[in-house]
Formats: sequence, C-alpha cells, structure tokens
Amino acid sequence: MKEFFSFIKKEFQHIFRDKRTILIVLVMPIVQIILFGFAVSTEVHNARVDIVGDSQDPAVRQIAERIEQNPYLHVTAVYESASAVSERFRKGKADVAVCFERNFDERLRHYGKASVRLLGDGSDPNTAQVIVNYVNGVLSEVQADLNNSGGTRQATFPHVQYMYNPAMLSSYNFVPGVMGLILMLVCSMMTAISIVREKESGTMELLLVSPMRPVGVIISKAIPYLVLSLVNLATILLLSRFVLGVPLRGNLLLLLGISVLFILASLGVGLLISVISATQKTALLISGMGLTMPTMIFSGIIFPCESMPVILQYVSDIIPAKWYVIMVKKVMIEGVGVTYIYGEFLILLAMTIFLLAISVRLFKRRL
Amino acid sequence: MNEKKDIIVVNELTKKFGNFTAVDHISFEVRQGEIFGFLGANGAGKTTAMKILCGLSLPTSGGGTVNGYDLSRDQEKIKRNIGYMSQKFSLYSDLKVWENIRLFGGIYRLSGKSIKEKSDAMLRYLNMTDLKDELVGDLPLGWKQKLAFSIAMIHNPSIVFLDEPTGGVDPETRRLFWDLIYEAAESGTTIFVTTHYMDEAEYCDRVSIMVDGVIADLDAPAALKQRYQAADMDTVFRQLAYQAKRE
Repeated sequence: MKEFFSFIKKEFQHIFRDKRTILIVLVMPIVQIILFGFAVSTEVHNARVDIVGDSQDPAVRQIAERIEQNPYLHVTAVYESASAVSERFRKGKADVAVCFERNFDERLRHYGKASVRLLGDGSDPNTAQVIVNYVNGVLSEVQADLNNSGGTRQATFPHVQYMYNPAMLSSYNFVPGVMGLILMLVCSMMTAISIVREKESGTMELLLVSPMRPVGVIISKAIPYLVLSLVNLATILLLSRFVLGVPLRGNLLLLLGISVLFILASLGVGLLISVISATQKTALLISGMGLTMPTMIFSGIIFPCESMPVILQYVSDIIPAKWYVIMVKKVMIEGVGVTYIYGEFLILLAMTIFLLAISVRLFKRRL
Repeated sequence: MNEKKDIIVVNELTKKFGNFTAVDHISFEVRQGEIFGFLGANGAGKTTAMKILCGLSLPTSGGGTVNGYDLSRDQEKIKRNIGYMSQKFSLYSDLKVWENIRLFGGIYRLSGKSIKEKSDAMLRYLNMTDLKDELVGDLPLGWKQKLAFSIAMIHNPSIVFLDEPTGGVDPETRRLFWDLIYEAAESGTTIFVTTHYMDEAEYCDRVSIMVDGVIADLDAPAALKQRYQAADMDTVFRQLAYQAKRE
C-alpha cells in the first residue's frame, strides 16, 4: 500500500503545481456552469410581438394587454393588415405576430368561437418556437379565464403546462448536461494527458521497471481525478442549486452513485485514449475533438436526440454521457427513485465494465 | 574478479515479434560487481534484450536468471532487485529534489525512516543538500543525471541497468558521472550499461557487441582491441557493426 500512497501524493502534486491543470480541473467547471446557465440560454427576453387586428376591438385589446404584462413579451405595434407582417419580420422589427380575425370580440361573444393565428419568424427556428410558446401560454390563460367567467365559450387553444419545469428554464436542461460534459472532460482528458505525459517524459519506463504493477499505476493515477471529479460535482450542484435555482428533487446519494459510475466510465475512456496516443497533443486532440464534440452533440445537452435521424440516434446510444445525462435529469429534476432509471443504469454499468476491461488489457499489452 | 559469482546468466535467450527475430539465441554471463557494457547499433536488439532482463518482457524461448530469479517466472522479484535509469533522466521535473527521492523510496516500499536517512545521505554524497527544495526541472543536466542514478540505487539493488545514461551530455559531465558508476561498482553493485559512446565502452570491465540480434563478440576492451588489431573501441565496433545485414 505504501507505494500507492506515495504515488497518489505525487499525482496530486503534479495537479496542484501546474497552474493550467488546476485551472482546467477546478475553475473550468465553475465558468462552464455560469456560462451555460446565464449566457447560453434558450429563454428569450423582451420578445417583440405585433398585434394584427382591429385595435378598437375589446377582446383584442384585452389580449394585447395580457401579452404586454408578460415579463418576456412586449407589444411593439398594432396594425390591421397581415400583409405587413413579413415586411416587419424582414426589417427585424418584430419576432412574432398575433393575427386576430375580423370582428374578433363579436364572434367570440356570439358564436363562442373566434380564431387567432400566430406568425413566427422561422428564419431563427429555435427562438421562434420559444416565443410562439410564450404567446401560446398567454392565450391559454385568456382562454382559461373565458371558460371560468362564462359557460358557453368553448376552448379554442390547448392548455399547455410543463411539469417539473413550469417556467421552461433552460438551466434545468443545461445543468445535467454540463455535469456530464465536465466530468467526462476532467476524467478522460486529464487522465489521458497525465499518463501520456509520463510516456513522453520517460518516467513511465521507470514506473514499469519498478515493482508497481501496471494496474496499480492505473489505479493510483485514477484516484486523484476521481477525488477532483467529486469536488467538481459538489461545486456544480451547489452552483446550480443556489445560483441557478435548479432544484435537486431526488436522492443525493443516488445521484452520487450514478455520478461515480459515470466517472469510472470516463476514466476508462481516458485510459483508452492514453493507450492509443503517443504525445500529449494527440491525447488532447482526441479528447477534445473525439470526445467533447460528440458528447455535446449526442448527449442531448443542446440538441434533442429524438429529433435526429435514426442512424445518429444509434450513434448517440454509444455515448456514455447520454445515459448519464438522462439519469441525472430524472433524478435531479423529476426526483424519481432507482426503479425509474435502472435500465439506463445497467447500460452505463455495462459500458463502464467494457471500457475499463478493454483499456486495462490494452494498457498492459502496450508496455 | 574472476572468482566472483555470476549475477546475470542468459542462456539461448530469444525474442521474436511475428517473423522478426529481434534477439536470436544469445547467451552470456555477467559477474557480480562488474561493469558490463552492452553495445550494439540501433535495431541490433539490445533494447529488447534489456527489457527482458528488467522483467518488462517475456522471452519467446530460452531464458536465464537475474540475481537468481528466473526471467520467465519471477519478473516481480527481478523488478524488486534491480535499479534502472534511462537516457531521459526520468525524474519528475515538477517535483522537488526531496519529493522525487521520497516518491521512489515509497514505490520501492522503504519505510519512512529509512527514506529520510537515505535521502540525507544521498544529498550529502551528491553535495546537493542545499538544492533539496529545488524543482528537479530547474537543475542542470549533470545534476539531474547524478540524482537519477542515485535514486535508481535507493533500494540497494544488486544490479543497476543504465540505458544510455549519458546521452546528450558534455564530456566533462560524462566523466564525473562515470566516477559515480565506478564507486557504485566498487561497493559491489553490478552495472549493466548500454551506450553509444565508445570512449565509455573503454571504461567497462567487459563489453558485448550485438549485431543483428546475436552477440558478435564479448570480452574485455583490451582483449577486443587486440583481437581486431584496433587502436580503440570505436574501430572494433565499426568492424563488427558493419557486418550487419538487416536495417
């Protein structure tokens, strides 16, 4: 055991003595969570809404007022002709147009039915969708009020409510994603680089002729990064809870358990990278391009996997982070227990065992 | 010297990689306390042979013993009883001098107390007591090398393997380094050294010259020079190495 402790101590010294490493390992998670939490946000503030319809119509005015009251929306113009909408979009003066049919109020009162058309600026589909959703939300409220006040009026709009995240805050989506990304990055990249650095500097030879077993070298390399990852995990959770206001609804121990499993999978990936790369640059490139990019794209952090072509969905299935992020979302946001995630858990467990087994084997063979 | 026992015994040692025979049935003995030069051009198979002797790689056929431990079966015991230093002066440059000493003391399972004693003695011996808090990366090359050699001997191994220990160092520093080697050999440690510098080959008690995976010749430098009627080891080496057929 003595050699393990000496080695682990030395590994920590490497980390704390290299300012760049400490920056990547401990500062980057904080920066990332704040960046993702605040800068990269799919929420749209101050969306500009055009009202197309009769400005004298009482129901139209009522709805326009409601839209104006919404913190995310404000009415920029009211005009009569729908043909002006595209010109307004082109000039970038409006994001969405709410078109009321003629005699809206009258129809509503006499027939109990009147139609509204929402025009979004599809040139920026994500934003358009978000804003249309906001306006839809306002319209549903109006609808609900109408239903409560008089019995005869029928529902014209579906009433949408988002469970677990009623405000549709994007941080609910980003925090689990960033957790996956950061743990993957710290564990895989840093482990790979620290092993390859020893190969480059020749100290690896020294370790191999020493009585330390290769598996011992691997384990003592992994432990410091495991510890640091747990520190990162705590940082992320605290930041997301108290700065971004993302709740932790599920069991903390369960979250910790799946995180440790994911960290082990990442260590396996890092080890694999260290086996196939001869220089630190290669290791960095492989983990940067070959790991970070696919993790960001395929783990559902930014783009939902469900909307990808089937082939890409299969590709996303082999990314360990995807399963981790799914589980974190379920545990953190939905607050479910272990029975709801055991499928994903088993998949990640199988991946971890496979990755560790194959990388340890390759590592030993390459000596 | 002749009555001392053989500490390395190699018998028909062979290593094949697929169809390629890197080491082809070599046999030799190294005596205790001897400085044994292991020469050969690049690709002659000396690194492969040395890896087997250090317990890093298994022989395809044949075998031998290092310090009485079998090359095929007792790799762990071999590793515990040898020291190793390579041309890259492989110490951790971002660790301090004493931290490097403590690390390798720990890896070779020395007790905390004996690590303390050893590192004090070592630093005194190397005249480096004032430098113990320096990062190894900041030391001049010659100092690093001496430190690396001393650390390779921290667990009192019976044999030290030096893989081109003086690569890239000026002649004066090399000479000082060889003083260390002589002192270690005098205290009974066997030195197994590979080198590209033929003047260093002259310092060895005996040298073997590998060509194409076999040992072309093995003897004391003086005897070799006489046999090939050469003025120095460089000429001996050229004569033998030029017989090489493979690249």
